[in-house]
Amino acid sequence: MQTFFIVAILVLGFLITFQIAKASEYVAVLRGEEKARKQTNKVNAFMLLAFLVIGLIGVYYCNERLKGKILGEPASDHGILVDRMLYITIALTGVVFIITQVCLFWFSFKYQESDTRKPYYYPHNNKLEMIWTVIPAITLTILVGFGIFYWYKITGNAPDKSMIVEVTGKQFGWEFRYPGNDKVLGKKYFKNVSPEKNNPAGQLWDDKYNQDDIFVEQEMHLVVNKPVKLVINSKDVIHDVGLAHFRMKMDAVPGTPTTMWFTPRFTTKQMIEKTGKPDFVYEISCDQMCGKGHYSMRGVIVVETQEEFDAWLAGKKPQYLVANPDKDPSVKKDSVISNVSATGAKTQMKMRN
Amino acid sequence: MSEAMNIHSGLATAHAAHHDGHHGHHKQSFVSKYIFSQDHKTIAKQFLITGIVWAIIGGLFSVLFRLQLGYPDQSFPILETFFGNWAKGGQIQPEFYYALITMHGTVLVFFVLTAGLSGTFANFLIPLQIGARDMAAPFLNMLSYWFFFLASVVMISSLFISTGPASGGWTVYPPLSALGQASSGSKLGMDLWIVSMALFVVSSLLGGLNYITTILNQRTKGMSMTRLPLTVWALFFTAVLGVLSFPVLLSGLILLLFDRNLGTSFYLSDIVVNGEILPNEGGSAILFQHLFWFLGHPEVYIILLPAMGMVSEILSVNSRKPIFGYMAMLGSLFAITILAFLVWAHHMFVTGLNPFLGSIFVLLTLLIAVPSAIKVFNWLTTLWRGNIRFVPSTLFAIGFVSLFISGGLTGIFLGNSTIDIHLHDTMFVVAHFHIVMGVASFFGMFAGVYHWFPKMFGRYMNSTLGYIHFWVTMIGSYLIFWPMHYQGLAGIPRRYLDKRGWVSFNDFPELDKMITIVSIIVFAVQLMFVFNYIYSIFKGRKVTTQNPWGANTLEWTTPIRPGHGNWDGEIPEVHRWAYDYAKDGREFIPQTEPIGENESKH
Repeated sequence: MQTFFIVAILVLGFLITFQIAKASEYVAVLRGEEKARKQTNKVNAFMLLAFLVIGLIGVYYCNERLKGKILGEPASDHGILVDRMLYITIALTGVVFIITQVCLFWFSFKYQESDTRKPYYYPHNNKLEMIWTVIPAITLTILVGFGIFYWYKITGNAPDKSMIVEVTGKQFGWEFRYPGNDKVLGKKYFKNVSPEKNNPAGQLWDDKYNQDDIFVEQEMHLVVNKPVKLVINSKDVIHDVGLAHFRMKMDAVPGTPTTMWFTPRFTTKQMIEKTGKPDFVYEISCDQMCGKGHYSMRGVIVVETQEEFDAWLAGKKPQYLVANPDKDPSVKKDSVISNVSATGAKTQMKMRN
Repeated sequence: MSEAMNIHSGLATAHAAHHDGHHGHHKQSFVSKYIFSQDHKTIAKQFLITGIVWAIIGGLFSVLFRLQLGYPDQSFPILETFFGNWAKGGQIQPEFYYALITMHGTVLVFFVLTAGLSGTFANFLIPLQIGARDMAAPFLNMLSYWFFFLASVVMISSLFISTGPASGGWTVYPPLSALGQASSGSKLGMDLWIVSMALFVVSSLLGGLNYITTILNQRTKGMSMTRLPLTVWALFFTAVLGVLSFPVLLSGLILLLFDRNLGTSFYLSDIVVNGEILPNEGGSAILFQHLFWFLGHPEVYIILLPAMGMVSEILSVNSRKPIFGYMAMLGSLFAITILAFLVWAHHMFVTGLNPFLGSIFVLLTLLIAVPSAIKVFNWLTTLWRGNIRFVPSTLFAIGFVSLFISGGLTGIFLGNSTIDIHLHDTMFVVAHFHIVMGVASFFGMFAGVYHWFPKMFGRYMNSTLGYIHFWVTMIGSYLIFWPMHYQGLAGIPRRYLDKRGWVSFNDFPELDKMITIVSIIVFAVQLMFVFNYIYSIFKGRKVTTQNPWGANTLEWTTPIRPGHGNWDGEIPEVHRWAYDYAKDGREFIPQTEPIGENESKH
């Protein structure tokens, strides 16, 4: 019913507008088209000026309303550079924006048609054109200079002491792998991926570096003030590790691992205080269209102190031992049961094939 | 000579007023005149009307997904009535949402702003403004429209299949678009999308080659390249861009078709989708992005350049003053065309691209801002000390410049890879490209339609409706897209249909509602424009003078309703450039008038 009313109002409003528009055309013809045209010309010229003034006030108002909801303090060291570049750009383009928009609408208003004015025959002026080629070129050189300088800092090699975490995107969630004590991620091969065999990452068990790798899903833990290098993969389609608070982003491409590194500046607890949001968490958003669950492909990052991190990691069992319980000293006793369930999984696989 | 011309055309006018459409050419049947017509003017109208139909469909899609974005928790039973399972319980399902945005993008970028814009105005204006009776190859020109029509039929049909149309975004990145297991839209719908786009590329090539040939070979006597109106130059560069870049897209799509149906691995490697391990190894998903954006970026300028050309022309005519810096305008069009081919990887800064390569693309991308800035300053100087007539076309041209400034400046944010790390694939990008290539190009198109409607149909559009159309669209566009930048700065990713599950992105529900309401109003006003357009074809006020805007270009020397062949007698000769307004105390001097003995030089 509501929809019907809205449609009815729209149609009615349209009919009225149309009748007025048609009538105004007749009136114009009756009163002399030239005269009517000159009058609407004045109205439109004034409206353009009004648009400029109200528009600029609107830009200010919009900024006042929304500036509290954006950005916030960057939570990584690279984020500081990104924000600085952003503010430099806002300042420079802001000046250009105001000058050009004011000229555009002010000229339109000032030089509206008038019987007394003769338009000025002014086809070109090489000096002027030179000036406004060179000035933008210089301005842009500044922006390019800063931009590339920061870009190399951000995309340069990660420091040697960085911790490494492997991030893998899949429809529609995130998986993480920590290299364990040897600080090296073991080899993997996608054809080995098998959740049934407790090998969701496709690790190669005969690679000794794999024996202490720890696998977790959905929640990644990082250490505050310690650089971290993410090695990013995807299992199925292209995803993107989007970290709005850290101002970082990198695609996850199947078959082509990518990397990025940064240093978190604040723990999750500190951010709760800073933002005043009791439910604050660092979120990983998928920023590359990846299918019907794209909008809900969320992961969580917990940034904590080294002690908290160590305690968390100590509670995790390497995936090698989960997948090969017979190698696990702590579950020797019920290895028979595990073997049975593993065989069960195998039969399932066969049936599917 | 010019007096003789005037008398002649005066006679033609009187003649035309009595029998519309009969100009000494042989009689044509309905089919050859309106359907399989080889007359460039009719083909232009076919492109425009098909484009309008597509624009309504594409616009309607955006209203539907804006409903979801503004009111994610509300149910609209009417949607279930129309769309059944796609909107179960009156709520837009994710698959439906992604199909809508994909089709919205595809339709508006390719079918409306490429075919509808340059198809219309290149066909209509090139022969008329260079002084030719028709295109170089009228039959190919007709085929160009009908290939576009076929492409449209295939694309429309993909909307009605049970697995739905393509839904991986208009950029159709594989592996998502290559694997039916990954998304229902990547099943039959994607094949139809590829077939439709292949037909579209054929249409675009037939058209583009024709435009280039016509401009180079069919100019009338005296019409040297530097006397061409800027519209024609812009359409020329548009055609060059299309001819050089569309085949690359086609090649990319053919490889995609192979990957989908023949088991090749151009784009596929190391994939485990839905628990199924695929055999493909060694492909590169990024390869497709290179091929796609090698068209995709020039495409932005294919959309923008015709609008720039028409705006230059309309601003000059209606400020009664020559365009400022014709050669600089030309030079910047040329520079933009060259640079358009050298910046594609700025869409790929965060794909794992080599950072050194990234920095080269930053440099080249920001370089485009220089010719763009020159164009803006030249438009401003064209307005300066003019005597401006605010007909609807002028207003839309001024609106174009304003939007081009706003959207161009935010391009400097995104072209800078450092900032792009944060803003890439956020709502900031959506706001940026909608302003600069979406709305701005639409404004150029509207300006063109209002300006050349009298030449197309011998009638005027209602200007009161035109003013309402302009003001609502202008205010609405800024209300919709300006605050959207803030959502992007807050990091909200694009293509998120429901943000309630997030802590970081859930701060703007009020803003989303406002944007939805404004977009519905703006859409309604576009329907009013379409009504005005159709109504005016049949009932608009008749044009009674040959040159209603007092313009210099050749199309206004034809009869009010030119027949096939455009000029009744001989094609006029050209003696000067198109922008002698306000020269030597005269309001305007048509291009056909010989240079007087005492005329000042510029």
